[in-house]
Amino acid sequence: MKKVKTIKIDVDKCNGCRACEVICSAFHSNPRYSSNNPARSRIRMVRDPLRDVYLPVYAGEYTAAECMGRDKYVLDGKEYSECDFCRASCPSRGFFKEPDSGLPLKCDMCEDEPTGKPLCVQWCLNNALTYEEREEEVEEDEKPGDAETGLEALVNKYGLEKIKDTVERFGHKQDIKT
Amino acid sequence: MRYAETGFNLEIDLSSGNIEREATDSKLTELHLGGLGTNAKILWDRVPPEIEPFSPENLLIFGAGLLAGTPAPGANRTIISTISPQTKLMAYSMMGGFFAPELKYAGYDKIIFRGKSPTLVYVYINNDKVEIRDARYLAGKGAIETAELIKQELKEPNAQVAAIGLAGENRVFTASIEQGRSSSSRLGVGAVMGDKKLKAVVVRGTKDINLARPAEFLELSKGVLDYIKVRADNPVPGVMTILQGLGSPQEMLHVDEKWHTENFSWGNARTRRKDFWNPEIETKWKTVQEHARTRLVSCYNCPMKCGAIISLPGMSTYMMKCFSKLTYTMAAFVDDLDFGFRIAQRATEYGVDGFSTPQIMAFAFELREAGILTEQDFAGCPTDNEGKFYWLLDRIVRREGIGDILADGVYWAARKIGKGAEAFDHNTIKKHEQLPLKLGMLNPVYFLMYATGEKINITQIEGQFPQAPFPTMEERENFIKDWIQVPDEKFKQYLLGWEVRGDHSNPYYPTVDMSVDIVDWQEKMHYIDDALGVCAGLSSFPLKPPYHVHNYPKFISSGAGIEMDETKLAQIYKRNRNLIRAINVRRGLRRVDEKPPEDHWRKRFPELEDQLLDAYYRFKGWDKQGIPTKKTLQDLELAGVGDDLEQRGVIKNE
Repeated sequence: MKKVKTIKIDVDKCNGCRACEVICSAFHSNPRYSSNNPARSRIRMVRDPLRDVYLPVYAGEYTAAECMGRDKYVLDGKEYSECDFCRASCPSRGFFKEPDSGLPLKCDMCEDEPTGKPLCVQWCLNNALTYEEREEEVEEDEKPGDAETGLEALVNKYGLEKIKDTVERFGHKQDIKT
Repeated sequence: MRYAETGFNLEIDLSSGNIEREATDSKLTELHLGGLGTNAKILWDRVPPEIEPFSPENLLIFGAGLLAGTPAPGANRTIISTISPQTKLMAYSMMGGFFAPELKYAGYDKIIFRGKSPTLVYVYINNDKVEIRDARYLAGKGAIETAELIKQELKEPNAQVAAIGLAGENRVFTASIEQGRSSSSRLGVGAVMGDKKLKAVVVRGTKDINLARPAEFLELSKGVLDYIKVRADNPVPGVMTILQGLGSPQEMLHVDEKWHTENFSWGNARTRRKDFWNPEIETKWKTVQEHARTRLVSCYNCPMKCGAIISLPGMSTYMMKCFSKLTYTMAAFVDDLDFGFRIAQRATEYGVDGFSTPQIMAFAFELREAGILTEQDFAGCPTDNEGKFYWLLDRIVRREGIGDILADGVYWAARKIGKGAEAFDHNTIKKHEQLPLKLGMLNPVYFLMYATGEKINITQIEGQFPQAPFPTMEERENFIKDWIQVPDEKFKQYLLGWEVRGDHSNPYYPTVDMSVDIVDWQEKMHYIDDALGVCAGLSSFPLKPPYHVHNYPKFISSGAGIEMDETKLAQIYKRNRNLIRAINVRRGLRRVDEKPPEDHWRKRFPELEDQLLDAYYRFKGWDKQGIPTKKTLQDLELAGVGDDLEQRGVIKNE
């Protein structure tokens, strides 16, 4: 198990102020806080007030190729494009890239912030963004489990001695090779 | 490098199509800060008093406040300055929203428009690229509709658009400039924009705004957020609900309108309905409001929620803020709040001031009742209260028939109509419609603010000092306990001594000198806010706000890199206050104009009112006419202004 940093986004609580974009870009400027520019932010508001669309989205992985996603979602009577929810910094759109260099941006959960809490969460007084640490099963822990299940099945079929012999022979073969 | 500001203005001549990006003088920032202060400096220098509001030589300035777009919460205001067609004085109408930060990110502190375009155009600013584009296809379109159409045309959903509706195109004196959830409404700035044939200003910016001492500035900004939380948990006790918290009055949140509906006047600022509010009305209005309101929304970088998205069946969505849900409702004597939300939608698309316009209409219907306007003037007008208002709003905005005369506002319409119509113009100051508030006993502080305010709108002048005394000493002591905002301890004593009745009550207490002090403090906060572009809702307007005279100098020092302390900041406030006064006295403003309406208070005290004005003028360093003296101007590094006023004979030989 490992600790995972996450942000819970409650779009119903968002007042659309974009403080998250302001403080994100300020925190990641160099020297820290020396400038701000929402175009450099690693969180962006998909914002269309007249349609009541207020959707904060965090920058995720860079992707070299654009995807096929052109679908529409209708949630609560409001239309979103598939693209709206996507975190990728991708070739088919301008956001999650440095406006001058075009280099991709990615949310790092403000990892060097002394309080441990991302700045966007700290500046969201309406609690649309909530920081949550979750315990999550890690993939490495699962692999031995899978191997164990597989071996157990083989033991049941061929008997423990036979399997031991086989594994030993595998070991010798490996030794000879190396 | 320039900090907090960009150091560049855009100069756009709409007659010739010439566009220049001009570096500004950092010395002017030191003298006036930005926003209103530097707007005033430009108007003083470049718009002499002979220039009429609808002259090509009148300027229309969109100025971002000095701190707009920095992380300082609520620093998002655009200050629009020009010469008002209604008052013929300087107009500085402001809007929050998202425009000023976007302008700064595009690399400009101000846009200065001059000239007049031959055809309807809009201006598109995208960082370094600035274009004047054809807007003929937008003629007659609503202000919100226009913004949507332009964003589609440009494929730029993140652009911020400030647009006029039909009222601005037709130069209605109450025309506003609309921008999403905000508008710059007062004093006809939309009419000047329409006169210049400028349908919209569109901005998109993706550049940085820099800070001089970032860590310190961030600490201060965080402090403001923390204090906002403290105030959210600690509403001020003993005052009415809308005055307890921060922000502009939380009209979109609160449904309880007992105070407004029973204390403000209905119709043409005429009728108090002291038993209007009852459980049945409350239930109905609550249902209507909660049904109409989709979401509470804010301006840029502000945690408050002073506005709302309003969506009702059968009409397009718009955004509303503050008090306009009631202005039409009460002016039209309609008891159903649904009408208020619906007519405001049409009015927002037309782009008209929600305070002045309903009063003009109520005034017109009074004139009809009095037989001064005739049935012929109202041919085709429906008979029901709702229908009447929709009908007349359409006439005014289109300048059709009687609407053409009314479109100039109550003051000018009354004089054009004549036949005694002037007597029905009973709620204007300096030719401008005021809140429909009629009270009993004169309040000396409010007398001064109403009389002398250059903004000519009380809600942009009042704020820091309670509107009424607390009944008990215990409440007063409790109030002053954490009153950190006072610039001087004496204000606490003023409040402690203020009684509901007896010698220490209105109108003779606060005393003349105390009243002048209190007004000066309230004005100071507004002038600083308007230069910095910080919303009054977090500063000058509510009780116990997060911004005050003690932390503002630090914001300016660490943000803009201009060394500042309270004394220096007070001096800048005085300079800006006097410069705007100078613009207006050069345009003819005198003592005789500084008068609240006769019926504003039932009990008036002419001798005391004279003393108050005398003392206020003396305190400001002005003469008996309210004109700054040469010495006052010299001390504020405005000697050139003094010379000009003297040459023009405004300042007589001293």
